Amino acid sequence: MALSLFYMLVFPGFLFLVVFALSAEYVDRKLCAKLQNRVGPPWYQPFADFIKLAAKEDVVPMLVDRTMFRYTPIVALAASITSVLYIPIWGPDALFKFNGDVIVVLYLLTIPTLTFFLGGWYSRSVFSMLGAVRSIMQLFAYEIPLYLSILAPALLANTWSLSGMARFYSLHPLYALLNVIGLGVSLVALLGKLERVPFDTPEAETEIVAGCFTEYSGRLLALFRLAISVEMVVGATLLAAVFLPFGLELGAPAAFGLYLVKALAVICLLTLFRTVFARLRIDQMLRFCAGVVAPIAFGQVLIDLVAKRMLAL
Amino acid sequence: MHDGENIRIPIGPQHPALKEPTSFSLALEGERILQAGVRLGYNHRGIEKACEERTYIQDLYLVERICGICSHSHATCFCMAVEEIAGTELPKRAAYIRTLVAELERVHSHLLWLGVAGHEIGFDTLLMYTWRDRETVMDLLAALTGNRVNYGINTFGGVRRDVSPEQKAALLKGMDLLEERTKYYISVASEEPTLIERLSGVGTLSHADAVRVGAVGPTARASDVKRDTRKDDPYAAYGEMPFSVITSDHCDVYGRTLVRVGELMESYNMIRWLVNNLPEGPIAVKFPRRVPAGECFMRYEAPRGEDVHYVRANGTDKPERVKVRAPTLANVQAVAHMLKDGYLADMPIVVAAIDPCFSCTDRLIAMADPHSLQPGVLTWEQVRQHGIEWYRRRGVDFTRLNRTFKCGEGG
Repeated sequence: MALSLFYMLVFPGFLFLVVFALSAEYVDRKLCAKLQNRVGPPWYQPFADFIKLAAKEDVVPMLVDRTMFRYTPIVALAASITSVLYIPIWGPDALFKFNGDVIVVLYLLTIPTLTFFLGGWYSRSVFSMLGAVRSIMQLFAYEIPLYLSILAPALLANTWSLSGMARFYSLHPLYALLNVIGLGVSLVALLGKLERVPFDTPEAETEIVAGCFTEYSGRLLALFRLAISVEMVVGATLLAAVFLPFGLELGAPAAFGLYLVKALAVICLLTLFRTVFARLRIDQMLRFCAGVVAPIAFGQVLIDLVAKRMLAL
Repeated sequence: MHDGENIRIPIGPQHPALKEPTSFSLALEGERILQAGVRLGYNHRGIEKACEERTYIQDLYLVERICGICSHSHATCFCMAVEEIAGTELPKRAAYIRTLVAELERVHSHLLWLGVAGHEIGFDTLLMYTWRDRETVMDLLAALTGNRVNYGINTFGGVRRDVSPEQKAALLKGMDLLEERTKYYISVASEEPTLIERLSGVGTLSHADAVRVGAVGPTARASDVKRDTRKDDPYAAYGEMPFSVITSDHCDVYGRTLVRVGELMESYNMIRWLVNNLPEGPIAVKFPRRVPAGECFMRYEAPRGEDVHYVRANGTDKPERVKVRAPTLANVQAVAHMLKDGYLADMPIVVAAIDPCFSCTDRLIAMADPHSLQPGVLTWEQVRQHGIEWYRRRGVDFTRLNRTFKCGEGG
């Protein structure tokens, strides 16, 4: 019991993830600033922002559904933190595992988007509602390619468990190279999931103010923003575990160090995309995901099926 | 905010997409705009009236503050109008320096626009890059005139500062740097797929419509309307200087971007020509304090389009009437037209594409009941009473505060 609490609250749960997420946010912001020829924030800026925002007054508008408005940020944060427990970080085995946990992780990572939708919808403001509708439309666009690209490596490994996949690819590291396309697809899908440029239409500042978060302030907004940062780190962790399963057998400290490098590399790639593209319109985003990304993800599934037959696994 | 099946969404008076208060009301069906309404009048400053109360030389500094970006345009236009009434012949060197500052202003304004356009479509990297490069021209303007904005270079009958040989060298060097950077932006604009995707086919204004609604400046030229006051009605040094009018037949926001970037390249060459051909001579002639009776209607090509000043003098040291028509007023009719049948997501860039300047445009305050939309007249006392009651209904009582305010007012 005490150990489970430690896992959940300290490592690799709440405390570790919050510190890692805010540090990753610093890396993201600093790198973005450097790429844009700016100075960028000092290392403690994300922590300072969080503390300051959390100390501000929560303004709850008169017309909103108070229960939904208050609890959605907490659910968002809880879901993204929980999902990390099933992802292998310092070795081929995660803390908890069962056959099918890959689906659970993907499902848990969908919950934050649903809470954005609910939070926005129950805010009862035009901007929030438009943002909510956009984020749910976007969900349908990126979720299919994301599932396909994560499940394709699972097909090859013949398991529905992330730990099983890690074990399989540790034994056959070269097979991971078959999934390079999947890595690209899931990076694009992750951009959509995290609502970042070029897929940040749900919170496009110049169109709908802050989308779902327009009416949020103070502690609740701080929680939402923290949830997004944690989701970014967990997404990067998932990609690192599925597509970059190297060095897991080197022992816990080395594997953990490698994991940090891999996750930060994924985050740096996400930052790079953020600086070199303009925001797409929601219809362009849908067309791009359905017409280009999803077929490529199907291609990845085909590659893995063919490889499985040829390699007689 | 529900209007049957459609949603009516307010953009403004306060909205992150707008840099100044104005109000757009968009009727939406999903993400498509069915109808767009524009309401101006949140930023009226009464400058025209204030001009009548001041002397000409005071007015010169006041009209320079009509716009923060094209300040030189308004000052020069006003200056030329007053000089025309007084019949003053401008020294050639002064005309060249005015033109030089005008073109530097166009460069800074277009670079600023390019950054704003990038920001409106979520491409903040472009904003950071262009605004960094814009510092070059801002520094040149500061060295030349003493100010980064509101240059104060004009005076009636000439200019107030001369150009030194060192400044000439700095100008040429700055133009080389900016030309190289602008070539880079041209390659970005023609190769970056998300940028092209977001700009082409957006905010379409056909050639016929541009003529019909009387669009001016880069907005009109992007619809292939060859309208440029610098060519059509040359003033200052434009009659002697070789340059071409940039047009585009894209008729959309992409075309407006190409026109502005093309004009940047054209301006660099113009600045080089002006620096190399700057004639010798005095920079100002004596100008009388009292302007003889008369009137003048003056046109000037500001970075956003044709700027118009009308001045009527009555023989005293103060004008009888000053009328300003900023380019945005001519283009704002086109915006409602461009927004119709577009996407909500394109609204910020379509509005930004005319390079609007609403405070320069506002000439009156209209108050309308938001429910009936019938204009009416409220006295100051009625407005105050309305405010007090509005807050009292929400549990805030200002009557106490108001009493102290009233006491203070008497003293």
